This record gives sequence, structure tokens and C-alpha cells, in this order.
Amino acid sequence: MFQLFHKTNIDWLGKRRFFIGISIMLMLAGMGTALYRHKFHPKGTDAFNLGVDFKGGTVVTVRFKNPPTAEEIRASIDQAGIKDAVIQPVLDRPGEFLIRLPQQAQTQATDQNQIGVDIGRALVHRALSKFGNEAAGDLNSDPNAAYKIEGTDAVSAVASAQLRTQAIAVTIAALIGMLIFIAFRFEWTYGAAAVIAVFHTVLVTLGLFSIFQIEINLTVIAALLTLVGFDVNDSIVIFDRIRENRKLYRRMNLYDVTNLSINQTLSRTVITSGLVFLSVVALVILGGETLRPFSLALLMGIVFGTYDTIAVAGPIMVWWERKLEAANRKATTAALARSPQSKSRGQSARKEAPSRAARV
Amino acid sequence: MKKRSLLQRSIVIAIVTIVGLYIVIGPHGRRPHLKDFTPSGIKATLAQNIHLGLDLKGGSHLVMRVRVEDYLKRLTEDSATAAQNAAKDAGFDIKEAHAETAGDYRVVLQAGDASKAQAIREAVQKKVELTDNAGWSFSASGDKLIWTLTGSAQRTLADNATEQALKIIETRINAIGVAEPTLQRRGGQNSHEILLQMPGIQDPEHVKQLLAGQSHLELVHVISPPSPAPVQTYATREEATASLNSGGNMPANRRVFPYIERAELANRAGQNATNPQKPTKWVVVESPAIIDGAELRTASAIQGRAGSDEYEIQFSLKKSGADKFGAWTGANINEYMGVVLNDEVKSIAYIKSQIFDQGEITGNFSKQSADDLALTLRSGALPAPIQYQEERTVGPSLGADSIRSGVRASVLGLALVVLFMLIYYRGAGINAVIALLLNMVLMIAGLILFGATLTLPGIAGMILTIGMAVDSNVLIFERIREELRSGKTVPSAIEQGFGHAFITIIDTHVTTIVSSLFLYVFGVGPIRGFAVTLVLGLLVNLFSAVYVSRTIFIWLVSRKGRRVESLSI
Repeated sequence: MFQLFHKTNIDWLGKRRFFIGISIMLMLAGMGTALYRHKFHPKGTDAFNLGVDFKGGTVVTVRFKNPPTAEEIRASIDQAGIKDAVIQPVLDRPGEFLIRLPQQAQTQATDQNQIGVDIGRALVHRALSKFGNEAAGDLNSDPNAAYKIEGTDAVSAVASAQLRTQAIAVTIAALIGMLIFIAFRFEWTYGAAAVIAVFHTVLVTLGLFSIFQIEINLTVIAALLTLVGFDVNDSIVIFDRIRENRKLYRRMNLYDVTNLSINQTLSRTVITSGLVFLSVVALVILGGETLRPFSLALLMGIVFGTYDTIAVAGPIMVWWERKLEAANRKATTAALARSPQSKSRGQSARKEAPSRAARV
Repeated sequence: MKKRSLLQRSIVIAIVTIVGLYIVIGPHGRRPHLKDFTPSGIKATLAQNIHLGLDLKGGSHLVMRVRVEDYLKRLTEDSATAAQNAAKDAGFDIKEAHAETAGDYRVVLQAGDASKAQAIREAVQKKVELTDNAGWSFSASGDKLIWTLTGSAQRTLADNATEQALKIIETRINAIGVAEPTLQRRGGQNSHEILLQMPGIQDPEHVKQLLAGQSHLELVHVISPPSPAPVQTYATREEATASLNSGGNMPANRRVFPYIERAELANRAGQNATNPQKPTKWVVVESPAIIDGAELRTASAIQGRAGSDEYEIQFSLKKSGADKFGAWTGANINEYMGVVLNDEVKSIAYIKSQIFDQGEITGNFSKQSADDLALTLRSGALPAPIQYQEERTVGPSLGADSIRSGVRASVLGLALVVLFMLIYYRGAGINAVIALLLNMVLMIAGLILFGATLTLPGIAGMILTIGMAVDSNVLIFERIREELRSGKTVPSAIEQGFGHAFITIIDTHVTTIVSSLFLYVFGVGPIRGFAVTLVLGLLVNLFSAVYVSRTIFIWLVSRKGRRVESLSI
């Protein structure tokens, strides 16, 4: 048998301070960067590099037969009176450029914003007419054409604000849905631990997106939500094992059971995450520029999602259960001391106490 | 017993596999030919069976919002005018009338005599729909009569306006012959958004113009001395307003419109290109209009003069409109009448004789613009202007590129996974590979069966399903290995391994399905496509990774007999 891990016996929970310290540092780094960028805008950046989906504005994809330089394109765009356009070559498709037009100034509220969304394509078309004609069909089969507008994405301020709220709402709703499901299948402390771990992964990933200024668009939100699913998966596999082991080893305390369960599922965790990681790497390399932010979000999420199951979800769950346990014991003794006469209550409390203790 | 269950299982798997494969590569809605099963035939049917989303196929995606607040505003303003006229017709003294449209929508009349408020209310409500039933709640304070549009009425009216806009847009889209358009309302009840997807249309400019085309046609009475005196026009808006002697305020029964006199008569020599536009003049017209575009029966573009490239629009009126128009024209011979399109006077003519149901709009139209205008007139006026919220277009080559890179990434991902499984789990790896391939086939079959569209995020969802599918196998195999290590026999290790892993697999699958459902319910476009493929993949996976894989193990064990001692895993 080819085996990745032979009987590992690592004291994972013993390293919890170290792990949680790393997690907090990662989160602080990301959030710190976001705050710093939000406040001081170094090199014109913002907290997050939001795409048109969330910021509004227009992106036009243009392919040229004889590609001019980005500078030449900018000159013609400037001449057409379009301000603050950003010209960006598409790396994996030579000859193609993305021309980004910001949301038009909102001096006249809705009407101005209407103009921004509606006529981006026409504006670019006019600006580029200096390079030649636009192809009606395929660029290569049209001998007289110089360029072709391959695609546009234009989103108004209103719509982008809607999408923003929606994205946040969906993420939070998905987290709550999972919390409820795990609480139903396990204990609510497990659910809370898993959800905190997932939240941590989402925050770290967003932090990295802020640090590296990777564009956040709708597909990135889809990726984040997938992460939520994958990450909770990992936690559930371990929690399942904990549940099973607690029945098997009734004498063992929660700390050791958790360590044992993490160790027992370690090869599964590493193999699965490794394989998903491989398919995501394939997506990063071959998925093309359109999907790049999506695949990068997944890549980061897989790494941190695997890490946080062991480093965050386990320790939080154990810590919480222990707190509850201590509180429970206190309550039981208090109840017993307070009302020795009231037998029924004392009994029920006593009944509860051993069952609780047996689980620890 | 074992043998029989193995047979049953094999039959189920065989049927599902064959049906799944046929759904994917077989032609639908017609009898298959032998030709369909050659490689090129399969490729052709595959392209037919899978609905590609706009991002892969190319096309335009437009989201527009109906500006219902404009609709309510106009409704309130029209009601204010009508209410004032109704009260005056009934012989009451009205000091002032206006519409409030900031925040709430209100019609306010100021009565000359506060004690007559109730009588005025009755007179107004007899003629104008400012009733409780129509959603207007009445209140009076001093000499003021106030009708306020209730919140629920606002919502109902706005909703109806959106529905009406949707219908009109549908008529226009069908009239220009867009192939396979998707037109639907988007978002909740109060979003007033309409989604339009047009596959294959790369440049939506013309369609956009047509859809947003405001064609609010009115036939109005122009305030002017009757013919043969020339029509009364003013050089500026201010001058026109001043002629009303109302201290700069616009009375509710008058409106001022620009009027651009047709210039082509002076330039018959065909110098249209350099044709200097005549200066805009202004005219005062009576409000409300005699009739408006709602009374149109049909409109069509015709050539103005034989051989010229000028077009005009001929229209005819419905019965109710023709009656009104006929009565008015009969009573106003020699008065001036104007054709107003979108708050601009297109032409003015005096009434020579009673007119019933025919009319024309002239004004320097090209063939294209006359056709477009006739179409927008025919389909009816939009109840409110529409505003574009999103415009996304994808050219076909961009889409083809995306398919290519998506497929490449999937194949590479799949190959890496297969390679690893075969090396790491050897014999059992074959199980996993069979399960994975079956998963892909059944997932695509599911997409086809539900008529779902495959989008770029959908492909990403498929790649992730590969990950989830392989996770189930890893869970099972690792568990079987553990059981073997703890000294169990092969059959019982398999039994225990599947048993334990199954609980975990259900738990993980359900959590992901729960979150995908949230994605589907709350998500928009691309996120939805992603959620659909993911859920489908997970459901299929329960069959392929658990049922099929287990059957293969049972078969292996039964082949080797009861005393099987080793398992390639």
C-alpha cells in the first residue's frame, strides 16, 4: 500500500496558539492593507479592486488586426474626449485590449449615469475609427476591417450597488444556512466553529485580493461561495470523525479525541485538498484571463480552507465545548446546593451531569 | 442473495449509463440514424443538445429598468390637469391646481370657496379617476383638496407599468425578428427590471435605440388665431410663456412645445446634407391633447414623394379615437392642429374639414428612422422611459476562446486526478476513474434534461465537481484502508468503509447543496449557472461514487470468492 501518512500522532491542538496567531496576522495584514488603501489610496488604488460588476462603468474588449501600442489607443481615446480611460492589453490573447471607462461623473444624477452605461460602446467605436473600420463579422475574414469590438460589459451605478449588496447578502445567507445545518446535525458549537473558520478563510482571501489588487467581480463571489462549501466540507469530515470516536473512546477527553480525529483523517484531508488544488491549478493556467480572478480566489481559498479546518475550527470547537462544560458543571453544583429539597430538579440536573460528562 | 443483488445493481447501472449516454450524444426529437454515431455526427448532436450561455455562444445581454417614478409623476400631473378642468367645467372656482411628485404623489386643488370642498370633490371624482378604489385617498384642509396616491396603489400601478413595458418591448423585439430572444422580468416585485438576452447579436446599438424609442404621439389643438391668419409662433420659450399672461406660471391647461419648421421645401435641389436647420420656434398648445398614441390602430412608413428618399408616417385611429377626433375636428374648422411626437411639434396644419381616422406625420425622416418610428408607434407607447442598467456583449470568437480554455482546463484537471488515483490506489483507482467519468456524463445529461444553459462559471462548477467527486472516493478508500489495517477481512472492511464514509459523504454533500441553494435563490445570472452545475454534480455523485463504486467492489469480492485476502487499494 502506497501511503502518504503512516499513523501520525501530532498534537495539533497543542499548537493552537501558534496557528491562531498566524491566522490573526494574516487577517490583520489583509484588513490593514484594505483600510490603508481605503484611506490613503496609494497609486490611486482602493481598498478592493472592484470590477465593473460592483463599481459600475464600462469595459470594452477590442481586437486589432495590426495592434497599435496602448499609448496610441489612449491618445485616440483622449482625443474623443473620454476621460480617465484605462487601456490594458489582454496577456493571453495578443492583439486584444481592454478599454475601461469609469462611471461618468454623477453631476446630473440618474441621467448622467444613464449615459455612462448606454453609450460606452458607441464612444469607443467613435474613438477607434481613426485606426480604420470595425469588422461586421469576423475580424480575420474582413479584409477592410482594422479592429473588432469583441465584447462589452457595462453596469450602471444603481445596478452595481445592487449587485454589491446582493453579493454580501448571499455570502452571509450561505454561512447562516450552513450554521443551521451543522447545528442540526452536530452541536451548535461545531457549527459556530466551522462557520468562524470559513469566515476567516473568506477574510484572508479578500485580504490577499486587496494586497495584490486582483479584480473582484461576480465570478469571484461565486468562488468565495464555493470556498465556503469546500471549507465546511473539511470541517465536517473531521467533526464526523470526532462524533464517531467519542462513542468509541468514552474515556478519552475531547482534546485527545479531536487530535486523534484530525490525525486519522489527515491523509484524506491532504489528498482531497491536493487533488482539488491540482484541478484549480489547471484552471489558473489554462482557464484564460476571464476566469483568472475566479481561479485565483479558489486557489487561495483551498490552501487556507485546508489549513483553517485544522488550525481554527478544531481549537475553537474544543475551547467552546470546554467553556460550556465548565459553565454546566457550575450550574449543576449551584442547582444542587441551592435546592436540596426540590428533588425533581436536583435529579434532572444530576441526570444531565453524567451524560454531559460522559461526552467529554 | 449476494449474486442477485449484484445482478440488480449491474442492471440499474447499465440502464442509467446507457440512458445518460444517449441523452448526451443522441439526437433529440427525431429518430437517430447510424450516421449520428460517427465522431462528426456526435459532435454535431452534442452542439445541438447543450444550450450554451451567451458568454460562450456570443450575443447581447441587456438589463433595463422601467422608470416607474416618471410614470407615476406623469399620471399625477395628468390627473391634476384633468381634475382642474373637471371642477371648472362643473362651474366651481378653482384658484390653483398643482401636482406634488417629490416623495409622495399628490394632486392638490385650491378652491375659491372652502365650504364647497365636498361638492368639488364629488364633481371631480365623477369625471376623473381620483377615487378610493383607484388608490387615491382624499383629505381636505381649509380650502385645499388633496388626493394622495397610497403606497399599495403606487406599487400596483408601477408593477402594471412594468408589465405593460414588457409586453411592448416583446412586440418590438418580435417585429425586428431577433432570433430566440429571452425576455423576462428580473429581480423582485419592486425592482421593475427587464432582462433581454439576444443570442448572436453582437452590436445591440440599433435594438437598444428601438426599444428605448419613446414615441409619445399626441394630436393637439394649437392656440392661434384661426386660418387664414398664419399660425401663431414665438421665437423663444419665454415669449411663448409670456403670451399666456399668467405671470410666468404655466396654467394646467396649456403647454409650450418647440416647433422646428420643415426646411426641405426650401432646399428641393437636394442639398439636404448641408441643409441649415431653420431656427426652432415655439408654440402654445391646449392640454390635454385631443387624442394620443393609445388611440392608434396602425402606423406605417411610406415614401413622401415618388423617387424621393424622404419618408413619412401614415397612421389610422381606432374607433374610439376616431369618434373623438371626428367630433373635435368637426367643431373646430379652420383652427390649427399639431402633431406632437415626444414633446416636439412635428407639423402644424389647419382643419379644412372634419377628419375621422386618418393622419400623417411628416418631418424629414429617412427610411430607417421612419420604419423605426412606425414600429414604435404601432407597438404602443412605453408607459415610462426605460433606462439601461447593464449591457454586456460577447463576440463569438471571445466565446469560442472561453469554451476552448474551459475544456482544456477540465481535461487537464481530470487527467491529473486520474493519474494520481491510479498511482495511489492502484486497483481501486480504476473504480474512482469509472465513477468520475460516469459522473461527468450524467452531469451533462442532467444539464441537457433540465434544459439548463452551460455558462463559463458552469464549466468552473464542473471542474469543482471533479474535486468533490474525487473527495468521496478518497474518503471511502481511506476508510477501507483503515479498516483493513485494523485487521478486518476484505469483505467486512469494504462494508464498514462504505458504511462509515457514507454518513460523512451525505453530510458534506448536503452542506454544499444547502449553500448552492442559497446561491441559486439569491444569486444572479452567472452565479446561478454555477450553482446549478454544482448541485447536479453532487446529486449525480451520490450515485456514481457510492453506488457504482460499491458495486464494483462487490463484484471483485464475489469473483474472488469468500476467502479473498487482499485488495488492491
